[in-house]
Amino acid sequence: MKIKIERLNTQKNPQQFKQEYEVSSQRLLDALNEIKTTQDNTLTYRCGCGSGVCGSCAVQVNGVERLSCKTYINEGDVVSAIKRSEVIRDLVVNLEHQEKVLKTSHAYLEAYQEETITPQDEKLIDVQSNCILCQSCYSSCPVYEVNPDFLGPYALTRVLRYVNDKKEHQSRSKIDAIQSNGVWDCTLCGNCTMVCPQFIDPKTDIMNLRSKSVQAGYSDPNMNNMDFDSGFNTDFGFNPNGF
Amino acid sequence: MIDVLVVGSGGAGLSAALHAKKEGANVLVVSKTYPTHSQTCQAQGGMNAVITEQDRVENHVHDTLKSSHGLGEEATIQSMCEDAKPIIEWLDELGVPFTRTSEGKIAQRKMGGASHSRSCYSADYTGLKILHTLYDTALKENIEFLNEHMILNIIVENEQAVGITAMDLKTSQVKEILAKTVILATGGYISIYNGFNTNSNATTGDGVAAALRAGAKLSNMEFIQFHPTAIKGANVLISESARGEGGYLVDDKGERFVDELKPRDVVARAIYDKMHQDKTVYLDLRHLGLDKINEVMPQERRLAMQFAHVKIEEELLPINPAAHYCMGGVFINDRSETTRENLYACGECAQSNVHGANRLGGNSLLEILSFGKKAGTEAALKARNTQYLTKEDTQQYQSDKNFIAQVFHLPNQIDFYDKKAFMGKIFFRNVGLYRNDINMKAVLSQVRQWQKEFMFMGITDKCTIYNRNLVEFIEFGNMLELSEVVVISAISRCESRGAHYREDHPMEVESYAKNSIAYRYDNTLAVEFKG
Repeated sequence: MKIKIERLNTQKNPQQFKQEYEVSSQRLLDALNEIKTTQDNTLTYRCGCGSGVCGSCAVQVNGVERLSCKTYINEGDVVSAIKRSEVIRDLVVNLEHQEKVLKTSHAYLEAYQEETITPQDEKLIDVQSNCILCQSCYSSCPVYEVNPDFLGPYALTRVLRYVNDKKEHQSRSKIDAIQSNGVWDCTLCGNCTMVCPQFIDPKTDIMNLRSKSVQAGYSDPNMNNMDFDSGFNTDFGFNPNGF
Repeated sequence: MIDVLVVGSGGAGLSAALHAKKEGANVLVVSKTYPTHSQTCQAQGGMNAVITEQDRVENHVHDTLKSSHGLGEEATIQSMCEDAKPIIEWLDELGVPFTRTSEGKIAQRKMGGASHSRSCYSADYTGLKILHTLYDTALKENIEFLNEHMILNIIVENEQAVGITAMDLKTSQVKEILAKTVILATGGYISIYNGFNTNSNATTGDGVAAALRAGAKLSNMEFIQFHPTAIKGANVLISESARGEGGYLVDDKGERFVDELKPRDVVARAIYDKMHQDKTVYLDLRHLGLDKINEVMPQERRLAMQFAHVKIEEELLPINPAAHYCMGGVFINDRSETTRENLYACGECAQSNVHGANRLGGNSLLEILSFGKKAGTEAALKARNTQYLTKEDTQQYQSDKNFIAQVFHLPNQIDFYDKKAFMGKIFFRNVGLYRNDINMKAVLSQVRQWQKEFMFMGITDKCTIYNRNLVEFIEFGNMLELSEVVVISAISRCESRGAHYREDHPMEVESYAKNSIAYRYDNTLAVEFKG
């Protein structure tokens, strides 16, 4: 089976290029290992547990985010690095933004309060706390193209996980922390939900956070931009949209 | 100015860092990967803790001691088992979503070798949820991380650890990181069973090998735990909780052949025996039903579908044993101190006198958190009364810088990936579930041959940006160093005990009821036994 891998080595060439390899493995991670150990020692990628829980091997296959350890390949597949991050080399991208977005969004339990936790309470945060920080959702998110400071799907899902935790006494501070470059910047395109290997639904999580924000007294800042009195007032002969 | 330098960012490292920070220390965590990429995420089954009145700490101590086959130290085990309840409470307060009973109590399940249901869990993602919660807390506490920096060596001056040298993966540059105290939390060395283990690719024993080179003593390196149930061929772990919840092990005829809840070594050998008769062994979970499976082992169901295309609620899952955990490591005392001053160790890289010849399921998460706490606290206290003992630009730094520069010019006459694959095979077959003197001596001579050839292996990737070829070459060097210790320790222990089973010495021998201690003396590896 032949697959193509998008490669980058800035010490040799500033441009990415596609390289074709013949492999016998069926699983993508095995194929990458096969190439690295038997054909081309320079192929560079991250991997860890090989069983879908460490989140280190996220790549794109034919433009869709996948964990290489859980992906079976087909003839002619094109493998490339995940998007939105600087490619360090081949399939390895810079992940340093992770710490920043998690910190900015207060994605942790701030003040513990003792509560009786029922199985239902635990169910409420179960799916969100299965996140493996693989960055697939981050890669698929179009908002980053226009706003690199967007907190993004995984950070917001993680915030909801702590907001919904009955043990958290200060969930308000998290709601405050995600107003700017946060819940309202999402376009609800749902790409993140489509690509999550853990079957998390960050889009719905973000919608939940929006309604919690409204309950906390915040409103959608985009609504303010849709003030129909300004600009559309034809009395002054000015119409920015040309009609 | 760093008070406590933590090397490794899994459960043990993060626990150490959080406790050192709590003591007011200035902490830096240096990690070869990113914190959430570490091995801890793979722990599925649970963490042992006596938290109800139906169970007693003495039972936990007794079960652990029994599993250790006379090698565990009772006082240390007692202290760890007493620590378990406050640690569960601490984790609960940090936000770990433990599975609950209908009364709102933390639920517990029974694991192999345990006399009671004692394992606290979060479905079958226990390690993942603990690790991520610790990471979130570390970010909250503003703990500083230096990610993707691989430890090369421990800097020792005047017989004391004063820092480490580490290589920045992004640039291949060697850095010197000085600190008052150093904690190793770098994980185990199971990757010497390359291709036959359930571990992450990253667990190559870098810290353990560095400790040996720094003059610290290693211990019980021969004890390797084999997990009975890894998905056949893929070696993806299916947690012991599958058997704990009532799963059966059956042969080709569909018949059960071993008590599934016996200790791991006994069950694993029973499966290995069947495989040697060319029979396939299956895990049978069909009788549990889909609802139960979805409730208590959703990850197992997904893994079986992904890696074996098997629906466990309808079909049998083919399995094989695989190397899973190393009981040995850097020798530490009950305060997590190694034999080298100012150097601490915790987690799977340490031999903490609690697992002995075999680890009880559910005790590894407890160990990393309990000894992480001890290491962090003790190192922080020590740092308070310690001055910086050295100036920058140490001899170790100079020599490691030269070494890395030299690696780029080594000849590539021998392919080390080829040797690494072969190493896994001969270790699984000859230093695996069954061992004997002659086979292990053959492995030893092979390992020593590779050590001689190491400088002819080298790397073909000469780029300095994120050079995995270089990283894997250094890892292989560490594996070569440790594999020798494992084989020599296993050859020296002329008896069968726990996970170490010798066909030529099938009985437990009283005079070997001691820890093996390995160290370098005048460049020669020495192994002795100490009670």
